[in-house]
Amino acid sequence: MREKNAELMTGNEACAEAAIVAGMRFFAGYPITPSSEIAEVLAGRLPREGGVFIQMEDEIGSMAAIIGASLAGVKSMTATSGPGFSLMQENIGYASMAEVPCVVVNVQRGGPSTGLPTLPSQADVMQARWGTHGDHPVIVVAPSTVRETYDWTIKAFNYAEQYRVPVILLLDEIVAHISEKIALPPREEIEIIERQRTTEPPEKYLPYRCYESDIPPTADFGSGYRFNVTGLSHDESGFPTNNPMKIDALYRRLNRKIEQHRNEIIAYKKNFLDQADFCIVAYGSSARSARRALQEARSQGVKVGLFQPYVLWPFPYEVLENIAQQCTHFIVPEMNLGQIAHEVACATKRRVIKINRVDGGLITPSEIFERIKNVSV
Amino acid sequence: MFPYEHYLRYDKFPHIWCTGCGCGIVLKAMLRAIERSKISKNSIALVSGIGCSSRTPGYVDFNTLHTTHGRAIAFATGLKLAKPELKIVVVSGDGDATAIGGNHFIHAARRNVDMTVIIYNNHIYGMTGGQASPTTPLGNRASTAPYGSIEPSFDISGLAIAAGASFVARSTCYHATQLDKLITRGLLKRGFALIEALTPCPTYYARPNRLGTSVDMLRWYKDNSIAVERARKMSEEERRGKVIIGVLHDTERTEFSDEYQKLIKKMKGKRR
Ligand SMILES: Cc1ncc(C[n+]2csc(CCOP(=O)(O)OP(=O)(O)O)c2C)c(N)n1
Ligand code: SF4
Repeated sequence: MREKNAELMTGNEACAEAAIVAGMRFFAGYPITPSSEIAEVLAGRLPREGGVFIQMEDEIGSMAAIIGASLAGVKSMTATSGPGFSLMQENIGYASMAEVPCVVVNVQRGGPSTGLPTLPSQADVMQARWGTHGDHPVIVVAPSTVRETYDWTIKAFNYAEQYRVPVILLLDEIVAHISEKIALPPREEIEIIERQRTTEPPEKYLPYRCYESDIPPTADFGSGYRFNVTGLSHDESGFPTNNPMKIDALYRRLNRKIEQHRNEIIAYKKNFLDQADFCIVAYGSSARSARRALQEARSQGVKVGLFQPYVLWPFPYEVLENIAQQCTHFIVPEMNLGQIAHEVACATKRRVIKINRVDGGLITPSEIFERIKNVSV
Repeated sequence: MFPYEHYLRYDKFPHIWCTGCGCGIVLKAMLRAIERSKISKNSIALVSGIGCSSRTPGYVDFNTLHTTHGRAIAFATGLKLAKPELKIVVVSGDGDATAIGGNHFIHAARRNVDMTVIIYNNHIYGMTGGQASPTTPLGNRASTAPYGSIEPSFDISGLAIAAGASFVARSTCYHATQLDKLITRGLLKRGFALIEALTPCPTYYARPNRLGTSVDMLRWYKDNSIAVERARKMSEEERRGKVIIGVLHDTERTEFSDEYQKLIKKMKGKRR
């Protein structure tokens, strides 16, 4: 670590800075607590980087504008919180369908409705996966610290570019607003992925034709490749189709392109799981408390470990299934009424102990520790 | 003979529009305007929402983007700002642009984003089967206004002028050659240009309102349209029930993407 690169930053600031490093040059958004700082930082930063910031008239327009900009070949992002995330859903589905890379940051607050604007929550985990209608591909990541927010913002862009999907970056009020001193990695060590652009000549190009993989190479709007983009079910030429075989092929490919690469996409951290009888599964700011509870429990000789998924969707079912060979109990602290706990139960078929909080308070290390102690006696 | 084949994607025909639909008339006027403005096919992005009118992009050989209902102008705003050299044309229906998409419409006009927006105003929701739209005239019938609409209707052009558009013009499918001249002027305008085209929907608007065939509707446009220059000399009373056509508004304002490029020039490379 180079100390001279160390900076005191909030999660929201880290997200904005990392997006610039990832090559994001178009941001459209609408103010909403607790995400607004991302827009505020970028309103100042983007013109200096030759990029564009626009405050749109609402979140529907923000989502639409970033898709438009991404089609022109520019990496694009928006940031919001629950109510705005709900408004974005239709166009997030458009990005899934038309395979337009983009990153959507949702700094979660309590809900439904206006809910708890200034307090933390993790209650949009299922909405992030299933918020828009229809079977659709999406990738969702959830960092727990400022440094993880920095790294995962960059990776969110990489995933979006590589797989041509919208990627949802789920923050929460704690991760977004906490200030932490982080050592920024040197630029040359950061991997940046760009979407694969076609090498076909314009007259041969079909915007949804796949070659080696299930991800079709792209062309930028206005680069001499004239093609059609639609949210209707379409064939590889990009035009609407009613042909059942082509429709079936499209939907299966859209979802397969993520499923097939799930092992490359899934990311997590294991702590002390080698010799554990119990496993805590925690993500986002709940993972912060879980780490403290883990230290406490281990120091008292309790054989517990921690599994922290960075990528929530696709969900790491197989990894947890493996852990379940050894761990008998799973403890899942989350600031909702048990959204990931349900997936953990599906994956492990073991007893799942839920620790839930929906009053705007964070789950404390001692709450988790107490539950671990109860299990272990 | 105008070289329509240069622009049309013939392999995408037959089109979805009903016999007598006005959408094709607006489409052809747009192509003539594009030819006249000498804008290359590669530099045009044609963006639409959802509706019968919004199916236009599927039949023409540009960069074409068929988006979600009401959102075409917001998608187009992103495209324009990300690639200012693109010439943006938006085609939209009265419902698409002024009901579900009304917010994007007025704000793009206010910002004066450089784009030519052509609204096919058929006073009805065509694609979904004839429900009332914000431009269904008071008293007229629609499937969701079976006793006649009791809502006052929008004046689309007036809305655009009030919101800040640089160029606003209205014409009808009867006045097809005027339509292409107006679209040409819109294309050559730097800023938000709106062209409102009154378009017959014989299937869902004419039928419940007993307006006859498409030809009858075109005849009605012919008999009831007044050039704006003449209308200005008429009394409010004389103008009632008439369609005022021509250039309604033309002004110079700073354009949004130009302003943003100036900001970039000023700030680029500056340290925090
Ligand atoms: C969010 C959403 N709501 C409703 C619809 C259904 N819908 C499709 S087109 C349309 C109205 C079209 O009317 P208009 O914009 O006037 O265009 P026209 O078909 O008359 O050309 C509606 C309501 C939709 N596609 N999306
Ligand atoms: S329903 Fe009306 S607007 Fe739609 S294609 Fe038919 S005539 Fe045209």
